[in-house]
Amino acid sequence: MSPRQLKKTLLRLGFWCLIGLLLLYAVFPFYYAIVTSLKPSSALFQVSYWVDNPDFSNYAAVLNQASFLRAIGNSLVVALCVVTLALFLSLTAAYALGRVKFRGRGTVLMLVLGVSMFPQVAVLSGLFEVIRALGLYNTSWALILSYTIFTLPFTVWVLTTFMGQLPHELEEAAIMDGASPWVTLTRVLLPLLWPALVTTGLLAFIAAWNEFLFALTFTLTDTQRTVPVAIALISGGSPHELPWGLLMAASVLVTVPLVVLVLIFQRRIVSGLTTGALKG
Amino acid sequence: MSKLKLHNLNKQLGGTRILRDVSLEIAAGEFVVFVGPSGCGKSTLLRLIAGLDSICDGDLLIDGRRVNDLEPRERGVGMVFQSYALYPHMSVYDNISFGLKLAKTEKSSLRERVLKTAQILQLDKLLQRKPKELSGGQRQRVAMGRAMAREPDILLFDEPLSNLDASLRVQMRNEIARLHARLGSTMIYVTHDQVEAMTLADKIVVLNGGHIEQVGSPRELYERPASRFVAGFLGAPRMNFLPARLHAPGATSLVDCHLLGMTSLPLDSSHLIADVPLTLGIRPEHVSLKAAEGAAGVVVTGVEYLGSETYVHMETGQDDPLICRCEANPGWQVGDRVELQLEANNLHLFDAAGSALRAHSHAVEALPDGVIQRSARAGAL
Repeated sequence: MSPRQLKKTLLRLGFWCLIGLLLLYAVFPFYYAIVTSLKPSSALFQVSYWVDNPDFSNYAAVLNQASFLRAIGNSLVVALCVVTLALFLSLTAAYALGRVKFRGRGTVLMLVLGVSMFPQVAVLSGLFEVIRALGLYNTSWALILSYTIFTLPFTVWVLTTFMGQLPHELEEAAIMDGASPWVTLTRVLLPLLWPALVTTGLLAFIAAWNEFLFALTFTLTDTQRTVPVAIALISGGSPHELPWGLLMAASVLVTVPLVVLVLIFQRRIVSGLTTGALKG
Repeated sequence: MSKLKLHNLNKQLGGTRILRDVSLEIAAGEFVVFVGPSGCGKSTLLRLIAGLDSICDGDLLIDGRRVNDLEPRERGVGMVFQSYALYPHMSVYDNISFGLKLAKTEKSSLRERVLKTAQILQLDKLLQRKPKELSGGQRQRVAMGRAMAREPDILLFDEPLSNLDASLRVQMRNEIARLHARLGSTMIYVTHDQVEAMTLADKIVVLNGGHIEQVGSPRELYERPASRFVAGFLGAPRMNFLPARLHAPGATSLVDCHLLGMTSLPLDSSHLIADVPLTLGIRPEHVSLKAAEGAAGVVVTGVEYLGSETYVHMETGQDDPLICRCEANPGWQVGDRVELQLEANNLHLFDAAGSALRAHSHAVEALPDGVIQRSARAGAL
């Protein structure tokens, strides 16, 4: 083997080693959660990386809890509402910020970005007062409102960037065709923004699905809780027992839909981004 | 009555005046080309007519009606954009019919009009394709079809051919000319390409620095440019300019130019005083060369062979060389000394402000077609 070929082989070997390392880092925790969830509680503390006899009793136990199913339902409603609301608002905002020239546009954008830098904890008490005043405490609307507030800066910013990249002449062509701004937005620009909408929508969905702090603070009863809180509040038979099997089964159950969503939309996102060529 | 009338149009953007008091009349069915260097305001003028930009001052009249405050769709204009700006997610059919749908056209007549438009532009077989599956020329035709579908009285073109390669550009240029002949609608066309301007236009409007330099037929502009700018802008290679001095003003001007010596020209300079600086202009095809004797004449510094003709460059002490358009094999080589022969009737004179001197109305016929020879006149006066 010539030195040149040797070098090439070594480089390739190093490349795959690095990939393996990254993969291990990213996937191992989730893999271990799956392994743990498939063990009966008696086998829980035997360290092993493979399950010979998968045991689904943890899943059965979790799915038999009415409150857990209820929490999944709540999470779904909240996340979907947040995505719809955030996409609608940010799309219209992005049209104004990315397409219409007006004084103070840059300031508005910087403000939007600035607002998104506040940590959740900083606004928690203030937001709590607002939600109490609006009479939304312990309802899904409290979560929808607060999540939308926290998602909007990100979605507005991303969609404004995408909107700004669409050629101006496209909009002007629509104007010459007699389209109103609303028609221009929905029938000309929206179909081209589809990949951006899917990406931002997905990220907004994940953020709403996984959020814990607001969900814990703004809801009180089992009937209003979302999944992350519900999982955290799963308790064992005695105060000294942490039901790891149950916790892991529940975690896997709520993560799987996200993974599936990403896998479904992944091809769309990529293909959308690569066929973005408008001119030619 | 003129189709389109621009009266003292002004456009300002952030303190800079882009258009200054532009006035123009365009007749129905005319093909008008706006031409000028980049940044001269030609595209802005087109956008003002389209209604994409607002007019700061002045009146825009279509069919005698003031349309300053009307939306583009209410003005009865269609526009073809430089980058085509086709809707990428729609088929050719949908692209063409989009405007008609928004205008709530009845379904059967909508289909009929789209098909008719497609047939005129030879797009019948491509109606179900998406823009990305079309070639450059086909996209261009779809863009024209979209502008035509609503049957506007005025069609606007914003540098429509600049994205195409050279051979396709010639082909599309002919197609646009045919389209104009067939539709008979008023067309306004913006370009920086003077060949497009010369070949397509009934009327050329030369813009420079936000104002109109000259309006006229291609022939008028080429043969009788009103200013040094127009003279230099139209024609390739461009007109040769030589510094000169007015010796004796009058209905026939006596001009002193160091290359030509004292020259009498049938151009009226009676409004000027003696000894003012002038610029003498001559197009390359009106220069002819003959071999010089001894140290007389000028030196050939370059020979460009183009197949059908040859451009000969000569050193004259100016920044730019003097260029002569000769037959394909003139026989000159770099380093040869040649004498210039200029056709007096084709000489242009421009005053210090750049305006052309006009022939005195009676003097034109009186002068014979003379050829001035430098050696014969130099030093004689």
